[in-house]
Amino acid sequence: MAFASGYFKTSYVADLALVETRSKWACVILLITGLIVFPFVASAFLLDIATQIFLALIGAVALMLLTGYAGQISLGHAGLIAAGAFTTAIMFKEFNATIYLTLPASGLMGAILGLIFGLPSLRLKGLYLALSTLALHFIVTYLGAEYESQRGFATGVVIDSPSLGPLLIEDPRLWYFFLLLADILVILFAINLVRSRTGRAWMAIRDRDVAAEALGIKVAASKLSAFVVSSVLACLAGCLFAYFRGFVSVEAFSMLMTIEYIAMIIIGGLGTILGAVFGTIFVVVLPYLIDTIVDIFNVPSRFTTYMFAIKYASFGLIMIIFLVMEPTGLVGIWRQIRDYFILWPFKYKPLGR
Amino acid sequence: MQLIINIIQLASLYCLICCGYVLIYRASRVLNLAHGELMSMGGYFLFTVVIGIVADPIPSFLIACIFSVALGFCVYFFLMRFMAGETVFAAVLVTVALGILLRGLMTMIWTPQLLHPLQYLKLENSSYKLFAGGVTSTFGIVMVISALVLYTGLFLCFKFTRWGLRMRAVGERPLLASQRGIGLHKYYALSWGIAVFSGGLAGMIQACDSGLDNSMFVIGLKALPVVLVGGLDSLLGVIPGAFVVAAAEVITIQYISPQASEVAPFAVLLAMLLIRPWGLFGTKEELERV
Repeated sequence: MAFASGYFKTSYVADLALVETRSKWACVILLITGLIVFPFVASAFLLDIATQIFLALIGAVALMLLTGYAGQISLGHAGLIAAGAFTTAIMFKEFNATIYLTLPASGLMGAILGLIFGLPSLRLKGLYLALSTLALHFIVTYLGAEYESQRGFATGVVIDSPSLGPLLIEDPRLWYFFLLLADILVILFAINLVRSRTGRAWMAIRDRDVAAEALGIKVAASKLSAFVVSSVLACLAGCLFAYFRGFVSVEAFSMLMTIEYIAMIIIGGLGTILGAVFGTIFVVVLPYLIDTIVDIFNVPSRFTTYMFAIKYASFGLIMIIFLVMEPTGLVGIWRQIRDYFILWPFKYKPLGR
Repeated sequence: MQLIINIIQLASLYCLICCGYVLIYRASRVLNLAHGELMSMGGYFLFTVVIGIVADPIPSFLIACIFSVALGFCVYFFLMRFMAGETVFAAVLVTVALGILLRGLMTMIWTPQLLHPLQYLKLENSSYKLFAGGVTSTFGIVMVISALVLYTGLFLCFKFTRWGLRMRAVGERPLLASQRGIGLHKYYALSWGIAVFSGGLAGMIQACDSGLDNSMFVIGLKALPVVLVGGLDSLLGVIPGAFVVAAAEVITIQYISPQASEVAPFAVLLAMLLIRPWGLFGTKEELERV
């Protein structure tokens, strides 16, 4: 982490610590208190947005691990989330299973799918791999649609709210805390994973797989593990998605969803967990931001019928701008600003990051 | 019989679309995932021309084709030119973003309703009875003929003209080509122009055949397996690829269910990736392998 005066670490314990200084502890505690207080002061609308961010964040972290850290392109992320959601829906409808059963089952489904669709990654790279994951998306959504039509849930499967012990999670505030807890667990898991041996192996493969193999990394096993971890997380996200919406239908899992997740990690900045967080916030908030702008400028009502199209187009435009102008994403901008203030009035970059 | 006619029609639609994927991939190693949207732009251009400029079939098609070529040039000069030197992944994602942008713009400008340019053209999409009880439509025939003409034209062009030779050179080794005095930008732009033109033509004919709305881009995505089966860098491979995928799709509609036909191309794709990832006619070294 950046210090104005240099890089001081005198023990391995200090090197292993997640939060390094007392001022950072203060920031973390402040952030967590803020997040805990937030649902009691915010309006129902803001609370809903925050919950949506939390829900999307799990999926974004999953994709970040696969694409940002292990460097494997996936165009089938919505398919994986759909697989989790449908596993939950089918288990709920057919066996009346509770969340204690559906959540692990979704994870298991993710592991199996990750293993199957990670297999092409052993033979293929880059574009070819992306296309095989695209095939995954279409196959999963087809199977989901087939289940819907065969069992007569033509418009979708309705799912009851989950209950944890005596607690029925139905209230928006309860959902907020439940998803916040899930997010914290996922992020802690991801941060620790990417600095462990597995995560460092992924990054080595991303940067140059031949060199990674020469260093003694088992490339095939590492790639497969990246696929499995990512798709387990994605399917868990899908399970929570199903419970949160209370409704599962294939229409929700279109290519647009995959693109939204890809946009999250690109706009946020590839190769950082913080980037996944920033990107998710940005992508979830953007449509509401456009709504507000339209309200402020009092756009004639002729255009408001095209709101969806406007959001769509500006979404594409912002992605292009980030890809062309700022490939490091929001995290890059954030680091520049932070370094500027930490180093002021000097212009040197700190050692380490 | 009807089955064979359907396969031929669908295969020529795929041929027209996939020509664009291959041209762009050969020239710049970028897979253009916005091709479906660029294709529907062709249909929308035709609609606008027919309503606003001329309602005569041949001039309106010509003007819409010119618009498509111009769109291809614009995409290259205002967007893809800046992606030179970036990773292929970033360039592909830019095309994805371009696709979203275009889809939004299309809905904004032309509304999401189903449009029928045909009714303004004062043409009938009449059906013809062929031998052995097969039925086809005017635009089905137009589709097959234009695919044939386009492929013969492209083949002759690549083989015998100076531009074709230079385009092949650029695709093969951009560095060497530029050192021999070939302007890379010109030929990249040209391949984008031709690609969008062929896709746009497919969009126009499809729009006349079965109407036009903002979900047409899905056909573009479904055409991706065709290129993979044929080999991403092989123009010739598109033709057998198109027939294989079209046959798989039509036969699934006939014997299993229309819903399953949506995934049939992707099942073919997976099978192909497992057996021969570089495609029927692709170059083996082309494939980035582990």
